[in-house]
Amino acid sequence: MADLVLTAEIQNKATELIENALIKAGVSAVLLIDGAGNVLANCGARGAEIDAISLAALAAASLGATAQIAKLIGEEDFSLLFHKGKTGNIHFGRLGNDLILVTIFTDEVSLGLVRCRVTEITQPILDIFEA
Amino acid sequence: MALIDLNKKEVHCKIVYYGPGRCGKTTNLLHIYATMNEQHRGKMLTIDTKGDRTLFFDLLPLNLGKISGFDIRIQLYTVPGQVMYEATRKLVLKGVDGLVFVADPLRVRQARNIESLEGLRQNLLDLHMNLEETPLVLQYNKRDLVNTPIPTLTVAELDQDLNQTLKVPTFEAVATTGIGVFETLKAISKRTVTNVANKHLLSGRKS
Repeated sequence: MADLVLTAEIQNKATELIENALIKAGVSAVLLIDGAGNVLANCGARGAEIDAISLAALAAASLGATAQIAKLIGEEDFSLLFHKGKTGNIHFGRLGNDLILVTIFTDEVSLGLVRCRVTEITQPILDIFEA
Repeated sequence: MALIDLNKKEVHCKIVYYGPGRCGKTTNLLHIYATMNEQHRGKMLTIDTKGDRTLFFDLLPLNLGKISGFDIRIQLYTVPGQVMYEATRKLVLKGVDGLVFVADPLRVRQARNIESLEGLRQNLLDLHMNLEETPLVLQYNKRDLVNTPIPTLTVAELDQDLNQTLKVPTFEAVATTGIGVFETLKAISKRTVTNVANKHLLSGRKS
């Protein structure tokens, strides 16, 4: 796992993609993090309220643990993880090997839409970080 | 895996406290949390079992000031020490930039220290990292037990067991009272940040 140098250009491009695909669709907040739990981008109206450092660390660990569970049942990995609350929901999507997109949304936004939009922006985000 | 955010001018590094169960890793973080000014530390996150053993990890974010105009932000993690949590330890080590190995001085835990250090070496290899190339310091904790009837290891014995080939800085500590805690933190922070800075900030090279 090499060190990651995050430039303003990379951050702006990734933020723009997330804003257009997810924030405009009505989700409350989106965190783009890496597998070590570093926050690369924090978007959305609720983004500033959330303890992003703790959430990123827990999300990275949670998805890491999920990958181990997958191996125990003969799967390579589970590419997404979803938790449903009374009104708030959280969706974790793995982008490539090292990036994770954490999407927080209410019941006013459907899980199907979130999944669809996350899938749509997966490759464009990976392209930004690999460029 | 350090994160260098050129936009916000921040460097984020991950330091993991590693060691056998009950050696005092969480106690180190608790002392740092209780002692540091709120301006320089974030919330401490702990995932433990109903007892006081760490189930997954502890996390304490710190702000250590500026180097070359960059804010240095450190995230301190601990791993669960118990033998059965090997997979969890490997998860927490992912992307580590610096390590503190906390050794237990109880003579009955001598083998556990050696086993845990070997486990660390193997876990790093599994993550394509090398213990010798990763910033590391050793902390010999619970030194207050030396003056009690409880059989303990001497510093020379701990050096012989753990530091014969590594030859890294060692610190005697009593984490419950804070002795040696900040000396350890200062040393590993300096080693870790210097390592990252040499790679990215001082050379002007981007990767």
